[in-house]
Amino acid sequence: MAQHAAEGTKPEVLFWVGCAGSFDARAQKVTKAFVKILNAADIDFAILGNEESCTGDPARRAGNEFVFQMTAIQNIETLNGYDIKNIVTACPHCFNTLKNEYPALGGNYNVIHHTQYLNQLFTDGKLSVQGGAFKGRKVTYHDSCYLGRANGIYEVPRELLKQLDIELVEMKRCKTNGLCCGAGGAQMFKEDEPGDKRINTERVEEALGTGADVVAANCPFCITMLSDGIKAEEKQDEVAIYDISELIIQSM
Amino acid sequence: MIQQIIFILISGAAFFFAFRQFAKIRQTINLGKDHTPTGDASERWKNVALVAFGQKKMFKRWIPAVLHGFIYVAFLFTQIELIEILIDGIFGVHRFFATKIGFLYPVIINTIEILSFLALVGTVIFLIRRNLIKLPRLHKSEMKGWPTKDANIILILEILLVSAIFTMNGTDVVLQSIDPAHFPDTGPLAISSWLGPALFGGLSESTLLFLERAGWWVHILTVFAFLNYLPVSKHLHILLAFPNVYFAKSKSRGEMDNMPEIMNEVKSMMGLIPESEVDMEAELPEFGANDVMELDWVNVLNAFTCTECGRCTDVCPANTTGKKLSPRKVMMDIRDRATEIQANIDLGKIDCKKDADKPLTKENYSDGKSLFDYITKEEIHACTTCNACVEACPVMINPLEPILAMRRYEILSESAGPSDWVPMFTSIENSGSVWQLPDSREDWIQE
Ligand code: SF4
Ligand code: SF4
Repeated sequence: MAQHAAEGTKPEVLFWVGCAGSFDARAQKVTKAFVKILNAADIDFAILGNEESCTGDPARRAGNEFVFQMTAIQNIETLNGYDIKNIVTACPHCFNTLKNEYPALGGNYNVIHHTQYLNQLFTDGKLSVQGGAFKGRKVTYHDSCYLGRANGIYEVPRELLKQLDIELVEMKRCKTNGLCCGAGGAQMFKEDEPGDKRINTERVEEALGTGADVVAANCPFCITMLSDGIKAEEKQDEVAIYDISELIIQSM
Repeated sequence: MIQQIIFILISGAAFFFAFRQFAKIRQTINLGKDHTPTGDASERWKNVALVAFGQKKMFKRWIPAVLHGFIYVAFLFTQIELIEILIDGIFGVHRFFATKIGFLYPVIINTIEILSFLALVGTVIFLIRRNLIKLPRLHKSEMKGWPTKDANIILILEILLVSAIFTMNGTDVVLQSIDPAHFPDTGPLAISSWLGPALFGGLSESTLLFLERAGWWVHILTVFAFLNYLPVSKHLHILLAFPNVYFAKSKSRGEMDNMPEIMNEVKSMMGLIPESEVDMEAELPEFGANDVMELDWVNVLNAFTCTECGRCTDVCPANTTGKKLSPRKVMMDIRDRATEIQANIDLGKIDCKKDADKPLTKENYSDGKSLFDYITKEEIHACTTCNACVEACPVMINPLEPILAMRRYEILSESAGPSDWVPMFTSIENSGSVWQLPDSREDWIQE
């Protein structure tokens, strides 16, 4: 972004990478897949790089409003400083916080999730797939809580999957009734409370029950949770967990 | 005449005591903090029409939606009959509307008959589901004791009510042929026209007259009992569901309420607003909620509206994997704690005063207990903020909001909370990332 600013140009959109997308080895692959698609579609985008901070979602949901406000206000200063209007992100937690919570703090942007963005690229004809890699394969889709129930986006990712000629098999708990992966509300950063079972195990069992060999997701934390669950069931060689952007890049 | 006087006295007393109890509940709900409803009024009225009146969210589960629908619609229609009973009782007349509204009367009475029968079917199936099939969501630990009894009491009252209606109508049909002068023709009735003669045909006129009166009295007395029982029961939802749906916060489900005090303090720390605009001397209030008084009154209204149906707990990922958290229990606990506080205030307990020289009010209340004595930290720590409970609730209750308010109290006011979270907090503060990592945010570009 600093480069754009120095040249006095403005990108079409700012790609908000997020902590997971920047640092987590698995989520970095999603970041790269998404960037490759953006490049293939010839999109002029920018990132904030080291000027980006955590949106503050886990701190706020854990109850730590001070930490949330500090990181959020700093981000808003940066974003407003560059006069950013459009933001796309591959993380539904970043998406929710930027879109729904930053306005009260003085940060108003047009924020969209990467599944929406990709769908738009298809509609605009800027993106197409050969429909090879996953044609006819059974894929199930896991709704993340923050894209689904929190923001009511259920159909866009499914439309996107249809572009890939896959056979979409739904889990029993899907869309508004979708089961959480277990990571939200800052659970990602702590041990589970005592119980009978891990939530990700419960979800993975349901996904395996569909007979799908690919689980499509839209959130880096879901991907971590589901991958851990699959490993715990020792099914990692049979069933793969992918972000939708990874499925697209493999089909291009 | 004597009958009329007794009736007027009993109805007066029933309405008086019920009114007092409802006023008390209103007061208890107002223990919560002030909160002005935000958002669009037309959106709210739409919710009242669709979700409260139209029971839209019940239809996520068809079987209970239909059965509950029978009882609900029967309840709505019976109100017309109740007006008639009140008029008959006060003026000593019989079936006042029968001669006044012409062909509409048999239509209404027949509708009530059919609905009452369907409600009876619903009630019996509900009793079976609860007590014989033992549906898991109705038998979680928080349902032990009173909540289970409460549910059964109301179902049995419903059976009593319907039996009274059919006794009243059935004997009436038989009496119409014996004494048409006093028993105006109601036309054929869907159920009583055959059930009446089958059950009561051949009985003496005096027995019939007695049974007719008995049915009439049992009907109205059950209604009065029900009215006075509502305030201590989960069945309060039949009234509160309407305001509750109207006042439900209309904002994105993913959005947590902003805390302007903290925002302004942070902004002034960062030099973004002049210090003069922030009163640094002002004593910082306690943040979050550790008791009912720090919740919004809408949260308390939610608690009193809860039907204890357990749809929320049934879909809660924490609960279904064996954690202690149950969103239904959270709502029940808030209600019980609020009731306890209001009772102590009403009794004027001096040992519940914070400041002994001031009167006992909600602001001056401290009994050494808090909401954390009802809802443990282990419970609130287990929540994934997934919104499944919010989505599932048929009357638009939000159990997530109080859970998050309690988390805020624990972290901000007590500086406590799960120790696992501390590295995440410090890392965001120091390096702007949830993980303490030395690398740059751009390293992924290298490949
Ligand atoms: S938001 Fe929390 S309480 Fe509600 S269903 Fe999800 S985990 Fe359970
Ligand atoms: S909060 Fe709603 S879903 Fe949960 S028990 Fe109460 S009424 Fe039922």
